[in-house]
Amino acid sequence: MVNKQLKRLYTFLIFLFLYAPIIILMIFSFNSSKSRGVWTGFTFKWYIELFKNEEVLTALYYTLLVAVLASIISTIIGTFAAIGIHNMTSFKKKVVLNLNYLPVLNPDIVTAVSLMILFRFANIDFGFLTMLLAHITFNIPYVILSILPKLKQLNKHLAEAAMDLGATPFYALRKVIIPEIMPGIVTGALIAFTLSIDDFVISFFTTGPQVTNLSITIYSMARRGINPVINALSTLMFLSVLILLIIINKRTSKDVKHRGDII
Amino acid sequence: MKLKWTSYPYIVWMAIFIIIPLLLILFFSITSGDVFRLGEFQFTLDNFKRFMNPIYLKVLGRSITLALQSTAICFLLGYPMAMIISKAELKKRNAMILLFVVPMWMNFLLRTYAWLTLLGRNGLINYIIKSLGFEPLSLIYNNKAILLGMVYNFLPFMVLPIYSVLIKIDNSLIEAAEDLGASKLEVFTRIILPLSIPGIVSGFTMVFMPAVSTFVISSLLGGGKYMLIGNLVEQQFLWSGDWNFGSAISIVMMIFILISMAIMAKFDEDEKGGGLW
Repeated sequence: MVNKQLKRLYTFLIFLFLYAPIIILMIFSFNSSKSRGVWTGFTFKWYIELFKNEEVLTALYYTLLVAVLASIISTIIGTFAAIGIHNMTSFKKKVVLNLNYLPVLNPDIVTAVSLMILFRFANIDFGFLTMLLAHITFNIPYVILSILPKLKQLNKHLAEAAMDLGATPFYALRKVIIPEIMPGIVTGALIAFTLSIDDFVISFFTTGPQVTNLSITIYSMARRGINPVINALSTLMFLSVLILLIIINKRTSKDVKHRGDII
Repeated sequence: MKLKWTSYPYIVWMAIFIIIPLLLILFFSITSGDVFRLGEFQFTLDNFKRFMNPIYLKVLGRSITLALQSTAICFLLGYPMAMIISKAELKKRNAMILLFVVPMWMNFLLRTYAWLTLLGRNGLINYIIKSLGFEPLSLIYNNKAILLGMVYNFLPFMVLPIYSVLIKIDNSLIEAAEDLGASKLEVFTRIILPLSIPGIVSGFTMVFMPAVSTFVISSLLGGGKYMLIGNLVEQQFLWSGDWNFGSAISIVMMIFILISMAIMAKFDEDEKGGGLW
C-alpha cells in the first residue's frame, strides 16, 4: 500500500530529524581532529583525555551531586507535602495546588531571576548551596504532581483500618500509605533527577563562579568551541541511560508476562 | 485521618522560595535606585515606560512571532506523527514513544550545539551542497536557524500530549461514524480532531511557553545577533546589572504567558462544553 509506505517514510524522517544531531555528536567523539565538521580519522583519545580533564570532571561531579541531593530532598519534602495536601479541605487544597503550579508554569528564566534576587537579598554567597536550593524548589512541584494521583486512588479505609487495629498515625503512614503510593514516589524522584541533571537556565542564574555544572560548562564552551571530550562524555552518559532503559523495559515486560501466567 | 501538618514544611518552603521571590520581581519592576540599601529607592513606572521603546517592542514582537511559528510547525509535524503512533500496534507504539523521550536524556544544549556541526559553513549539509557543485549556503545565525532549534527541542512536547489523547478515543465512535456513511476526511474533522483538542491545547502551551522565553537557543544558533526577550532578561541581570529593568521585562513576559494560557484554557472549556454533542 502506498499509504503505508508514506507513513513509514514520514516516521523515518521525523526520527532522522530527532536523532541526526545525536548521531553526529557520537560520531565526532571518535574524530581525531579537534575541529567539528571535518573527519580526519578514528581515535579513542577523547575518551582517554576525558578522565584527565579536570574542568569537565568537576562539572560532572557537581551535576551528579546536585541532582542526587536535590532529588532526595525534594522527594522527601514532596511526599509529605502531597499527603498533607491530599487531606486538606477543598478550598485550601485549591490555593496550595495553584501556588504549587507556579514554578511549573512560569518560564524557567523568571523562576531563575526571582531566585537570584532572593539570594542576593538574603546575602547568601552564590555557589553550591544556592544552586541546590534552587533545584529543590523547582523539583518539589513535579514530585507532588506525580504522587497526588496515587493518593487519589488509595483506599482511605486502609489507613483507618490500620489505626483501628492499633497503629499510630505515623506507623500507618509508614506501613500502609507510603508503600501504597511508592510507584508515584519513584516516578517523582526520577523526574526530579532528570530535570536536575538537564537543567541549565536556573543553574546558570543561581550559581557562583566556583561551582558549574555540565550545562553551564557546555554553554561557556560553545563560544570558544566545544572540547570533544564533552562529546565523549555525552556519548557515555547517553549509552548508559539507554542500556539502563532497555534493562528496565525487559524486566517489566517479563514481570507482566509472569503475572499473566499466574492468572 | 488528619495528616495536614505533613505539608507545613513545604508551605513554608513555598512561601520563601516561590512567593517571596515573585513579589521581589514585582517590587523591583516598579522601583528605581539602589534597592539593596533601604530608603534609597523610589517607586516609579519608568522601567515599563522604557520597555515601550521601539527597539524593545521589536524584540518582543520577534519572540512572539518565532514562538508562534515554531508552535505551528510543531503542530503540523507532530499531529500526523501522533496519529501514526497511536494507530500502531501496542509493542511498536511503546517503542516509538520511548524513541521520542530518549533524546531528552542527552543534554539539550549539546544537542542544539550539534546542529552547528550539521548546518555550519563547513558542516555536513554544506559539504553535500558543495560536492554537488553549488555555492555553500549560510544556514546558521539567522531566524530560520532559531526556528529550527525550537522545533527540534520542543517537538516531543507537542507529540506526547496529542498522542495520549488520541489513544483514549473510543474506537466505536469512529466505527459508528463510518457506519453512518462518513468519509475518512469527515471522520477526521468531525470526530478525531474535536476529541483531541485537550491534547492540542496542552501541546500548544508546552511548546509556546518555553519557545517564547528561551535565550539559549537564540544565543547558540542565532549567534547573539538575533535577540529574543529571554536574551534581554539575561543581559539585564548578568551583564548590564539593571535588575529593575530586567524585572519589568520578566513581568511583561509573565503577563503575555498568562494571557496565552487564559486563551488556551478558554478554548479547552468551550470544547468540553458543547463541541461534541
